[in-house]
Amino acid sequence: MSADYEALMHRSEVAVSVELQTQDMTLNIGPQHPSTHGVLRLVASVDGERISSVEPVIGYMHRGYEKLAEVRTYAQMTALVNRIDWVSGFASEVPFIIAVEKLTGIEAPERAQWIRLILTELFRISSHVVFTSSYPLELGGVTPLFHALRERERVLELIEAMTGGRFHPNFNRVGGIKPAAGGGKTQKQVSMDIPAGWLEDTRAAMERILGATDDSDTLVTGNELIKARTTGVGVIPGDKAIEYGLSGPNLRASGVAYDLRKHEFHLPYDQVDFNVVSAEGGDCYDRYWVRLQEIRESANIVLQAIEKIPAGPLRAKAPRVLKVPKGQVYVRGENPKGEFGYYIISEGGQKPYRLKIRSTSFSNLSILPWVLKGALVPDLVAIMGSLDFVLGDVDR
Amino acid sequence: MISGYFWIDVILKVVFVLVAMILMALVAIYAELKVMAHMQNRIGPYYAGGRWGWAQPLADAVKFIQKEDLVPAGADAVIFKSAPYIVVAATVATYVVIPFSPNLIARDLDLGVFYLLAISSLTTLGVLMAGWASANKYSLMGGLRAGAQLIAYELPLVLTVVAVVVQAGTMSLVGIVEAQAAPIEIGGLSISLPFLLKGQIVGFIIFLVASIAELSRIPFDMPIAESELTMGYLTEYSSLRFTMFFLGEYAAMISMSAVAATLFLGGYWFPFVPESALIYIGPLILIAKIAGLVFLMLWLRSTWPRLREDQLQDMAWRWLIPVSLANILVVAFFKVVVF
Repeated sequence: MSADYEALMHRSEVAVSVELQTQDMTLNIGPQHPSTHGVLRLVASVDGERISSVEPVIGYMHRGYEKLAEVRTYAQMTALVNRIDWVSGFASEVPFIIAVEKLTGIEAPERAQWIRLILTELFRISSHVVFTSSYPLELGGVTPLFHALRERERVLELIEAMTGGRFHPNFNRVGGIKPAAGGGKTQKQVSMDIPAGWLEDTRAAMERILGATDDSDTLVTGNELIKARTTGVGVIPGDKAIEYGLSGPNLRASGVAYDLRKHEFHLPYDQVDFNVVSAEGGDCYDRYWVRLQEIRESANIVLQAIEKIPAGPLRAKAPRVLKVPKGQVYVRGENPKGEFGYYIISEGGQKPYRLKIRSTSFSNLSILPWVLKGALVPDLVAIMGSLDFVLGDVDR
Repeated sequence: MISGYFWIDVILKVVFVLVAMILMALVAIYAELKVMAHMQNRIGPYYAGGRWGWAQPLADAVKFIQKEDLVPAGADAVIFKSAPYIVVAATVATYVVIPFSPNLIARDLDLGVFYLLAISSLTTLGVLMAGWASANKYSLMGGLRAGAQLIAYELPLVLTVVAVVVQAGTMSLVGIVEAQAAPIEIGGLSISLPFLLKGQIVGFIIFLVASIAELSRIPFDMPIAESELTMGYLTEYSSLRFTMFFLGEYAAMISMSAVAATLFLGGYWFPFVPESALIYIGPLILIAKIAGLVFLMLWLRSTWPRLREDQLQDMAWRWLIPVSLANILVVAFFKVVVF
């Protein structure tokens, strides 16, 4: 017995002196996972709950839009480009159509420009409302989603009344916008106007949205648990954000007050008065807060635009078969998620020779391995959600 | 020799406990669907059963049972299959000592509170088994989180109960209710008050927080955390076994509320209701108190997000445990010196 005991003691001493073999666990998050917004896959290696490294794997949703563009006419392309980032379809249509207009030298009438501005801002509200409502869901709070989606419904109704589509309006034409139904007598009349009473409805809806953001303040913004989960989590300093090519609210939350609507705009943004919202912290809470404030700014832009919108035609004269001269152009705009650009190379003819899409979410996502290093698994969800990407926008 | 009456008595009590548990769990599920729906601008279940969707929990249960009973290829089949039984059995066992009226109690144990705390922490064993045996990394993390949560929150739970036991001078749950029903003299007035109003407010709040953590409900539902761990330890479960976990969760919610109501809110007793009437309306009084507490949990669920595991541990070890220890001191001081 004593020999057994000594053997046991010896073994235990040996076991203590030997370093235990430990290794990180590889955790495959996605492509089927509730908080990867579709089909993002993260190969994370975790030490307990602590993440030691993350490798995003993208491309599960690659639809080949850049290649498809080479076999489609410019007019056909608008149906595709508003499916890149489906939460803000119209906002990604506009830079593309402006790029084509720059190549062809056709300019849209002023009224069409203003309507583009209003619709872009409506889609910005819609996109940000989806974010501010679904972000608490990532943290486990269910209710804000239902409250906010009710308000987004008002915006979608407006978009539907104007364009006929709720998500994919396909509303831009080279030289203006599609003549909306309901204003004139027949479908063929180019002089048809926006639906009667639309501007008044929009004003009412915007006032409602402003009220809804106040509700958000009481339910989400001031919520202690939301603050506990998001303040100081996933901090991205301004220089890192620029280094990784972040744009939009993600960049502005890091203290860089850069907004293409102030710097490089193709719509009459200089005639409306708005602030570029930015925050200093660069954490998840600031990214949420910036988007919530941008809803307010956008609603105010729309309210001003309703007052300023001039009368006039909706569409300039453009040839039915659009032949684009040889040339190349890069046009970018402030999408709800950030900088969204199109680089078109035309060799002449009806189709682009090459189309490069600078999609926002792709660049915004690229910081994930850096920002997730050393975070906890629950923080992974909070950080990923706060970057507000759409997988269709990542993969194109 | 054991008489025939003994067996009739045992069978009746088993049936009573089982029926009470399943019925109340179903009602709790329905309440969750409806209360959360109305807090979220929704109608909730509407068609099942013809009116107000009252049959929705039953319909859900039938749907779950129809599914294939999957056991993952890499799973430890025996442990995987037995885990839900442990969870449900431990939850059923807590109903044994809950007094619904002076007579309506399956077994009035002298160590009722002790038994209750011991048996209710068994559910975590089932959860750990489920997490380990599923052969799934999400399940494993969920199970481990549940284990860590149990260790952190069993302590404040027990410590607050100790304060109640000190004040009541008994561990029998019926005794605790009677201690609350006993009148005390305040300024010449002879009134009886529940422990909540007799200096146990701090204890009650800590007990509620700890029991919500023990039940893994929002804001402490990290073991399930569907946005992080898909469904935590439940990820691989389907069919009847999932239903058992589901039912067990709501049954545990009811039993925890019943314990809280008994320890702090006077259980089946209510002021100004005579002793003779309590036998009949006592169960209704207790159920009303349970309903109030369950509603509070649903309310929390629809307003709050989830905390993080380290924040939860932080709260338990740095705040709840010291405060509940101080609570025992204060209660004991008043018990010994003042009353």
